[in-house]
Amino acid sequence: MISSIDELIQKMVSGDKRALGKIITLMEEDSSSSAYIVSKIYPLTGKAYILGITGPPGSGKSSIVDKLVSCYRNENLKVGVIAIDPTSPFTGGAILGDRIRMRSHYTDKNVFIRSMATRGTLGGLSRATSDSVKALDAFGNDVIIIETVGAGQVEVDIVKVADTVVVVSVPDMGDTIQKLKAGIMEIGNIFAVNKADIDGAEKCILEIKMMLELSETKNGWVPPIVKTFGDRDNGANELYEAIKNHHKYLLESGRQEKKKIARGKADLIYILQNLFIKKFYEAINEEELEELGKKIASREKDPYTIIEELIPRLKKFL
Amino acid sequence: MPERKLRILIAKPGLDGHDRGAKVVARALMDAGMEVIYTGLRQTPESIVETAIQEDVDAIGLSILSGAHNHLFKRVIELLKNEGAEDIPIFGGGIVPEEDVSYLKRIGVKRVFGPGANTEDIVSYIKEMTNK
Ligand code: B12
Ligand SMILES: Nc1nc2c(ncn2[C@@H]2O[C@H](COP(=O)(O)OP(=O)(O)OP(=O)(O)O)[C@@H](O)[C@H]2O)c(=O)[nH]1
Ligand SMILES: [Mg+2]
Repeated sequence: MISSIDELIQKMVSGDKRALGKIITLMEEDSSSSAYIVSKIYPLTGKAYILGITGPPGSGKSSIVDKLVSCYRNENLKVGVIAIDPTSPFTGGAILGDRIRMRSHYTDKNVFIRSMATRGTLGGLSRATSDSVKALDAFGNDVIIIETVGAGQVEVDIVKVADTVVVVSVPDMGDTIQKLKAGIMEIGNIFAVNKADIDGAEKCILEIKMMLELSETKNGWVPPIVKTFGDRDNGANELYEAIKNHHKYLLESGRQEKKKIARGKADLIYILQNLFIKKFYEAINEEELEELGKKIASREKDPYTIIEELIPRLKKFL
Repeated sequence: MPERKLRILIAKPGLDGHDRGAKVVARALMDAGMEVIYTGLRQTPESIVETAIQEDVDAIGLSILSGAHNHLFKRVIELLKNEGAEDIPIFGGGIVPEEDVSYLKRIGVKRVFGPGANTEDIVSYIKEMTNK
């Protein structure tokens, strides 16, 4: 098993797309494969620029990603895309349709697009997103674009993974911007007001401006607001320029280094959390979990006491 | 270890605009817990093969109601071979006359589902076929 993973890694690093596809599948399936692969490829990572695109469902994220890929390709940069769609909590299945908007790049040898389902992870990404970014990085992509699931107030994990976050909003969101204030609106380095062809774009821009005025400026970067038209070509260049400016700002201000350190810390905590949960499931089988659930439901015991009692059993895994 | 998630590409090659069947099948596979990569209308064989590789799918399902099935299936199979990805199984559905079904099977199409095909049968077929 391990030796065939080594072979895959070897192939991936030498530019084999099939191997890259398979490595991402392994990462999605099982965190111990991720652990092995990341430990092997880590020295090759850290070169790519990571761009996050987030915003409410249907706001035009995929359409904008499509346009941005074209911009990067015009400068002959190699691009990886991870596009995330939700897993149905009822069936565990998913229809991954972000790709439909990116069809102009399907056969471009320097573009690799991977669709991913959340598989139960909250926060707007999937468990394997951060590791898959590392695989795309080791593959030699200059830029990696992540499209989150349709996001609202709580899906803010993209900020831990990306260098630059673009928040896409649309005019007809109206006063929803108010509601989003505490969530994704706080993580934007750039705001794209998409579907600027429909009424209310100016009002939307004004609302974002007002919201930004209330929040303190973050380390000398004032988030620009750009009008975009995801289904047309206008606006894409302005957004692209804004993104490049932010990248430049990150490098010149030393923020990039700080972000990398913060990302390292976030990675540690995230991996540890997942490890705990995995070990928990290894230690306690479904029947026992059901029994414990019953005890909690019938008020025989409270969840904290149960955890206290479980800790000795979990310790042997550490 | 958690159960392996099946990832299936459902694609419509050529100029065929009949997408109801493809959507019905995509939906049924999702309801059966699979991850369906749906690429929309007017895909070329080249883009289908590229997508299958990048998405690392367990199988490719083509939906063709235009009559161009013989040519399109053959081309996708050729391209998969060129890419060294002929191990990805390919199946499909749509309007395909009986005599063409046997031709398609000979060139390597696993199975073809016609009008009225039961989506439960399609789901159990995929599970069986991909259960290596
Ligand atoms: C509805 C329909 C249309 C709609 C399509 C709407 C849409 N967005 O899909 C409209 C009106 C637009 C249309 C247009 C045309 N149509 Co029309 N259309 C039909 C019709 C009546 C039903 C098709 C349908 O939706 N069935 C319901 C779905 C659920 O069934 P299905 O697609 O067969 O899918 C099932 C199986 O085949 C299978 N399946 C399908 N795909 C896949 C994929 C996989 C992976 C798997 C496992 C299974 C699977 O599972 C599904 C579930 O059971 C058929 C006749 C018929 N009875 O099939 C003609 C038919 C397909 N059309 C035909 C033709 C000729 C046309 C036109 C060229 C012009 C015309 N004469 O009307 C245009 C072309 C449009 C274009 N751009 O391609 C012909 C095709 C002839 C041929 N292939 O030799 C047919 C067969 C009618 C006929 N007898 O002449 N059409
Ligand atoms: N009028 C108008 N429609 C647009 C614009 N940009 C995108 N759309 C349309 O909006 C719809 C949704 O676009 P997507 O790019 O799929 O949106 P998304 O945010 O990726 O959607 P999810 O991934 O499902 O959350 C599509 O029908 C697009 O064609 C725009 O600028 N103006
Ligand atoms: Mg999308």
